[in-house]
Amino acid sequence: MAELGPVLEVLLGGLMSGVLYSLVALGFVLIFKASGVFNFAQGAMVLFAALSLVRLSEWLPFPVAIALTIAIMIALAWAVERLVLRPLVGQHGLILFMATIGVTFFLDGFGQTIWGSNVYQLDLGISASPWFLLENLFPGGILVSPVDVFAAAVAGSLVLALSIFFHSTKIGRALRAVADDHQAAQSVGIPLNQIWLIVWSTAGVVALVAGMAWGSKLGVQFSLSFVALKALPVLILGGLTSIPGAILGGLIVGAGEKLAEFYIGPAIGGGIEYWFAYVLALAVLLVRPQGLFGEKIIERV
Amino acid sequence: MRLRFLTAMYAGAAALAVLAGSASAAETIYYPSLVYRSGPYAPNGIPFANGVADYVAMINARDGGVGGVKIEFEECETGYATDRGVECYERLKGKGAKGAIAFSPLSTGITFALTEKVAVDKIPLQTMGYGRSESADGRVFTWNFPLLGTYWSAADILIQHVNKIAGGLQGKKITLVYHDSPYGKEPIPVLQEHAQRYGYTFEAIPVTHPGVEQKAAWLKIRQTRPDFVFLWGWGVMNSTAIKEAVAVGYPRERMYGVWWAAAEPDVRPAGDDAKGYQGLALHPAGADYPVHKDILKYVYDAGKGAGKREEVGEVLYNRGMIDAMLKLEAVRNAQKIFNVKVPTGEQVREGYERLELTAQRIKELGFEGLITPIKVSCRDHEGSRKARIHQWDGKKWVFVSDWIEANNEYLRPKVEAAAMAYAKEKGITPRTCN
Repeated sequence: MAELGPVLEVLLGGLMSGVLYSLVALGFVLIFKASGVFNFAQGAMVLFAALSLVRLSEWLPFPVAIALTIAIMIALAWAVERLVLRPLVGQHGLILFMATIGVTFFLDGFGQTIWGSNVYQLDLGISASPWFLLENLFPGGILVSPVDVFAAAVAGSLVLALSIFFHSTKIGRALRAVADDHQAAQSVGIPLNQIWLIVWSTAGVVALVAGMAWGSKLGVQFSLSFVALKALPVLILGGLTSIPGAILGGLIVGAGEKLAEFYIGPAIGGGIEYWFAYVLALAVLLVRPQGLFGEKIIERV
Repeated sequence: MRLRFLTAMYAGAAALAVLAGSASAAETIYYPSLVYRSGPYAPNGIPFANGVADYVAMINARDGGVGGVKIEFEECETGYATDRGVECYERLKGKGAKGAIAFSPLSTGITFALTEKVAVDKIPLQTMGYGRSESADGRVFTWNFPLLGTYWSAADILIQHVNKIAGGLQGKKITLVYHDSPYGKEPIPVLQEHAQRYGYTFEAIPVTHPGVEQKAAWLKIRQTRPDFVFLWGWGVMNSTAIKEAVAVGYPRERMYGVWWAAAEPDVRPAGDDAKGYQGLALHPAGADYPVHKDILKYVYDAGKGAGKREEVGEVLYNRGMIDAMLKLEAVRNAQKIFNVKVPTGEQVREGYERLELTAQRIKELGFEGLITPIKVSCRDHEGSRKARIHQWDGKKWVFVSDWIEANNEYLRPKVEAAAMAYAKEKGITPRTCN
């Protein structure tokens, strides 16, 4: 029983990290589902949103800073729709993807230019001291970080809210229609530009929540955009179009990489968690090319 | 028509630039500065770059340059990436009337990449407190100058300190959490050998660039409960390590960072939780030394400061300032030795090799209390190998030890053996030093 303690601890820590990966992956899924664009800039949006919030909160009360950051993210969504997406309507998906790479570099550089390159502390008022659970069962207990639990709870609520939004609202249905076929959706009167604005704004808000969760753990700084790239193996695993896939994919990647680092790492020199997530994802691709929950696309040739 | 006009305009601008360049290059010392003001390591790169820029600006404003020759200063952004560092080096090495005086890459990865190039181009490579540890042997590493201390010296000093405070290390456990790069791996051989000598158990845990994924590493530390954790991180990895230490309840008082993991950007993001964290210091923090007064007077009062006035005197700012001072002292030496106004890289190398900063000279330079005397020689390119331990009290760094000197009787044979192995591998014939 005593040996089970460390396993549970690493597993739990991994799952908590996994929820955060899911949160970023969700931003990718949202945009892909609604516009068919793989938005490489999602990581840069996480950094930009968190930087905006943390710097604005130096001058303004926290709730005002959050409101203003949401406004900034909506303005950013509008600019992306107007200046990047609209001129490219009907172009191949790969061209849209390349355009989002351009947006990434712009946001990374622009964000640092206007908000600075330092590490900024984002204090959400949650104690960093750990909780120890089940101390009577395991010597030393099972360690859980309150910051992780908070982030996981926020991520979980957001996922639930988005699922309801997608499946039970008129806009949600319109978003799904646009995802299936831009032109067909337009022909039945769904305003494409408006839908894109809504979905990019929603992804901007998701980026802000992810930025707050990661930022409170790591400090708000440039590397947040790297962490966000952890969403890529999550997407490979979970599929690009599935919200449950993003969640489950995140959990598998989080738990898998931490357990691998802890138990396999020492035998092969350590530092494996960064690439292990991709190995895991590629292994899944061998069996299910569309990911765990992705749609199997059948096209006539 | 428009194209022709544009072409003519560019050609004219280029000709003007060449003319202006040749006119100014003739009387200036060309000082290239490799910096990282953006990217994941920017929080640490910026204060260092500001210290360098402000010191050079102050020397230009106060003294009219070195030996009456103005310094032409240019920064190049490397982002701490080796490929970009090499690109900067290639682009800047030939600039100025006599080429670049020297380079300080501020990255062990870039140092490794440039070590062979500088020997061909005959430009000194100043790596103050970093780089290859065996490059302290000037017989093999003619062009490298790891002034003030190498990572082997740093590891030895840390072990001496914890050995003293623990009353011996027999049966103790020491864990190294390191940046998985040439930089982070440097202290491992010394810490492993010392484990045999002092009787402690040693474990090394790598952390992948940029260092934000450390949960598994710290859960392992929670399981193994080492007596001391040494941190060989850089940039965001350091503050993340402190936060993860808090998350697993590891006492910060038992954590020791190398001198690149013990500055303000490493502790501030962790807030109050960083209190008690300790690290090596090559020099003190603080802006109340004579040199700072001149920087504030000649640079900041003139509105030409590279950073914010209140950031003058931070740990990495002071280090950048010292780095620039040592480089310019080597230039001043070269001017005297060769009786030239603008020395070549090869002449500056001689200036480094005969660099001797006595307590008197350090005082004249306004650095009294910041550094201890240095004497570089053909055989010893490190010049000095001392550090103190300082501790973060939540607001500032406070010294908790006196200067500790690395044990060169142990280190020197190790440095020489590694340097000779390098010479053999690269087909270098070591110089004879008298």
